Amino acid sequence: MPAVSKGDGMRGLAVFISDIRNCKSKEAEIKRINKELANIRSKFKGDKALDGYSKKKYVCKLLFIFLLGHDIDFGHMEAVNLLSSNKYTEKQIGYLFISVLVNSNSELIRLINNAIKNDLSSRNPTFMCLALHCIANVGSREMAEAFAGEIPRILVAGDTMDSVKQSAALCLLRLYKTSPDLVLMGEWTSRVVHLLNDQHMGVVTAAISLITCLSQKNPDEFKTCVSLAVSRLSRIVSSASTDLQDYTYYFVPAPWLSCKLLRLLQCYPPPEDGAVKGRLVECLETILNKAQEPPKSKKVQHSNAKNAILFEAISLIIHYDSEPNLLVRACNQLGQFLQHRETNLRYLALESMCTLASSEFSHEAVKTHIETVINALKTERDVSVRQRAADLLYAMCDRSNAKQIVAEMLSYLETADYSIREEMVLKVAILAEKYAVDYSWYVDTILNLIRIAGDYVSEEVWYRVIQIVINRDDVQGYAAKTVFEALQAPACHENMVKVGGYILGEFGNLIAGDPRSSPLVQFNLLHSKFHLCSVPTRALLLSAYIKFINLFPETKSTIQEVLRSDSQIRNSDVELQQRAVEYLKLSSIASTDVLATVLEEMPPFPERESSILAKLKKKKGPGAVSVNELEEGKREGGELNGGGERGGDSSSTPSPSADLLGLRAGPPVTAAAPSAGSLLVDVFSEAGVNDDVPFLAVPACLFVCKNNGVLFENQLLQIGIKSEYRQNLGRMYLFYGNKTSVQFVTFTTTLNVQAKPVEPLIEGGAQVQQVINIECLTDFSDAPLLNIKFRYGGALQNLTLKLPVTINKFFQPTEMASHDFFQRWKQLSLPQQEAQKIFKANHAMDTEVLKAKLLGLGMALLENVDPNPENFVCAGVIQTKAQQVGSLLRLEPNAQAQMYRLTVRSSKDTVSKRLCELLAEQF
Amino acid sequence: MQFMLLFSRQGKLRLQKWYVPLSDKEKKKITRELVQTVLARKPKMCSFLEWRDLKIVYKRYASLYFCCAIEDQDNELITLEIIHRYVELLDKYFGSVCELDIIFNFEKAYFILDEFLLGGEAQETSKKNVLKAIEQADLLQEVSTQSVTSEHLCKCIATPQ
Repeated sequence: MPAVSKGDGMRGLAVFISDIRNCKSKEAEIKRINKELANIRSKFKGDKALDGYSKKKYVCKLLFIFLLGHDIDFGHMEAVNLLSSNKYTEKQIGYLFISVLVNSNSELIRLINNAIKNDLSSRNPTFMCLALHCIANVGSREMAEAFAGEIPRILVAGDTMDSVKQSAALCLLRLYKTSPDLVLMGEWTSRVVHLLNDQHMGVVTAAISLITCLSQKNPDEFKTCVSLAVSRLSRIVSSASTDLQDYTYYFVPAPWLSCKLLRLLQCYPPPEDGAVKGRLVECLETILNKAQEPPKSKKVQHSNAKNAILFEAISLIIHYDSEPNLLVRACNQLGQFLQHRETNLRYLALESMCTLASSEFSHEAVKTHIETVINALKTERDVSVRQRAADLLYAMCDRSNAKQIVAEMLSYLETADYSIREEMVLKVAILAEKYAVDYSWYVDTILNLIRIAGDYVSEEVWYRVIQIVINRDDVQGYAAKTVFEALQAPACHENMVKVGGYILGEFGNLIAGDPRSSPLVQFNLLHSKFHLCSVPTRALLLSAYIKFINLFPETKSTIQEVLRSDSQIRNSDVELQQRAVEYLKLSSIASTDVLATVLEEMPPFPERESSILAKLKKKKGPGAVSVNELEEGKREGGELNGGGERGGDSSSTPSPSADLLGLRAGPPVTAAAPSAGSLLVDVFSEAGVNDDVPFLAVPACLFVCKNNGVLFENQLLQIGIKSEYRQNLGRMYLFYGNKTSVQFVTFTTTLNVQAKPVEPLIEGGAQVQQVINIECLTDFSDAPLLNIKFRYGGALQNLTLKLPVTINKFFQPTEMASHDFFQRWKQLSLPQQEAQKIFKANHAMDTEVLKAKLLGLGMALLENVDPNPENFVCAGVIQTKAQQVGSLLRLEPNAQAQMYRLTVRSSKDTVSKRLCELLAEQF
Repeated sequence: MQFMLLFSRQGKLRLQKWYVPLSDKEKKKITRELVQTVLARKPKMCSFLEWRDLKIVYKRYASLYFCCAIEDQDNELITLEIIHRYVELLDKYFGSVCELDIIFNFEKAYFILDEFLLGGEAQETSKKNVLKAIEQADLLQEVSTQSVTSEHLCKCIATPQ
């Protein structure tokens, strides 16, 4: 290379750079720089006009100072002056300065654009390239406005030199990326596509980047590129390594262009034209074959270039996801890389396999590598590779291997890098939930998680285990026993204390029979952790204590003593003090009945998207976890979610512990106000509530056999309902939830019976409650109507709903023996006293479900009465103010015919008829 | 590609090229963070890492680290070879390039990079063609352009094959 290139006469610059390098301290460097800046400033301001060379030298010095990390606030004008120099090197330095230090000073931009315009029209290819480079480097909107029309013309003009075409293509790409609205498609677009056929490989290489970007945004307009790309690729793949001369890189023909061609094809579905597709599949097979050939060189560049093409080809195969043969071959190839000595290849193989795992054709093939991947997780020395291994294990997990994978991830967590622990914890929690077949395994896994990595177990994770334990009664006893054992460890994580406190507070009674975990032992165990815990945990424990008083009256005095102690009742923390005072008072003045009501077991939590899944999505961004895949998995492992998957609205993040327990907020249900798809809804009805059906009330018949659930839901409003009945009286709580972020104003409800008024304003995201007292005067058929009006963003909303109040709500169950039943049955033998219906089953004829529904109806379900054990008989008395109506019921399922016969007899004909109508819709 | 950084083992930045618009403050922050991250890694480690929502591809040549940030769909291995090809170009141009060459002739390092990559994409991957373009430019430096007509200039620039 010419020696001149190194100094090219700018001795002053070289001296200055040496000076800076010789500076012993930062201060000395700054001093030297300031001296130089002062010098340059005086030169620029001086009377004597500077010659081009000096200008170039000083501008270059300024650039150097800037690149050292110092601010430069002058010299722009001199740089712009250099642009119009007719000396190439001066122009070049001017452009470099502008490219690096662009300033949106409008005055300057105009001047710069002028200079660029001159160079573009100079027809001197070297100058044109300089100008195009500058536009590509700066890429500002002002430049797009000035040149977006001109550059496509240069790009496709017949007489443009190849090097200019290359620069023009990438320059246009940059402008399109920054200001897509200014680059107008036109007659040039079709000609750009044909650059894929250009003789000059450099032109193709540059143009294809532009074409790929344009195709992504306008796939239809660029569709013709597919066949051109395939034939170009085919020519490269089948060429000998010497054919392409300087475009062959370490014996690999045109690796950059090949990768870009394969990338372009990923913007489109598989080619429809059979011949094109055949040719492409041939290419992909050749690429896979070449991976098996012995390397033509030992150099890493050779294998990198070759494998870059291979990985891009595999990406395309995965993108098509339609060629099982290629997918499996790709998987086998990646499997070989998993054990390659090159760390880079192992990393990429793990990454690429992650996407293969989600294809139905290759999922099984990926799974065969489980041992290797587990080994990678254990032995890789680089954390980023281990991270990839963990990702892949997560992706390949399904029912068949969940236990193994979760166990491996748990054991890895013990030594895992801090940077990835939180994510690992989330993944373990999700897999454990998704693939839990038996819930004791799930509980064990989460408790292990807390033990091993308690600090990284976010609130979402421990909230979730509690939600699941509460919603699944088959695991509650096991959970209580397990947390009790876990709490016995001398040092246990605070999260364990939280889970333990909550679960024992709810279900401690299930293990209280064992003297080793008697109520007092449980309490003492919990209380031994109390003083080591933070305020929120202590608050939760206090709530657990008051629940203990309800569960185990024998602990009352001990707990009251604790609550009464100064450290509680005079605690400096307001929350703790208030709880201590209130709980103490509650425990001393309330009767056992009241206590039992207030401290009732928590109702099931509404099922919604798993909060931890939402968290992982948030953490990794939507692209990182395939949502589809997760949701498919959920369906597969659906028991846990009760089918109530609602997706989308996952905004309801669990609130702090106080709310989770819901003790302080009046009726225990408020905190967990039944939202869409509570378990009850799912048991009793197949139709959940759809977000997308506006203003359509849930049929009131759904509430015949149950008292709680969602009455109504649309995009704006959700109305939850909880009701209780005693004799001829009822109380109904309506919860109006504003689902939007905007407040509802002038919110009014009117009822054709009396109701307490409701708050006229509902804040966005808030919920207000309305209580309705109900008295049944006489038997009735029509439900009361509720009219709701409010303004949302100015528009008046008006809806009318039937309140789910039905005659059966006022049933008092009556227990009676077989003999009594038949005697009364015979007494009610007048034809009008009996109503009968024979109807087809609408739901599965599951005995347990039927029993639950009949119990929900409010009558007593009588065992061993009917001689046929398949039949159900019930008895009850309807309480109205005017009279009492005794009723008997018999339900005879015929499983073979999928039919039922329902007979109701009661002392009043209208009641028999109404009950029969109501019930016929339920089964 | 979103940007390319060259820095020394001491963490001194030797070249920075940004292909996406960012404020100076943001550039400095990114540089500081990345230099720290990459320098902390051990020699045998993998050349790729996830960083924010980008992929970082880096390689060390003697005392100098070459570090590129690419997007999610970009190919890591081919980026590694982009780095290598750039090193080859510098090496061929300067003759056994070392860090000092890049310090004292930083502008040349930029010019070579612009011929090779433009807007973050490969413009010309042939070593011969890139060097020819640079050589021609160097040749122009020696000739007093005042006496050269633009027609003559055109003839000076050899047409790429």
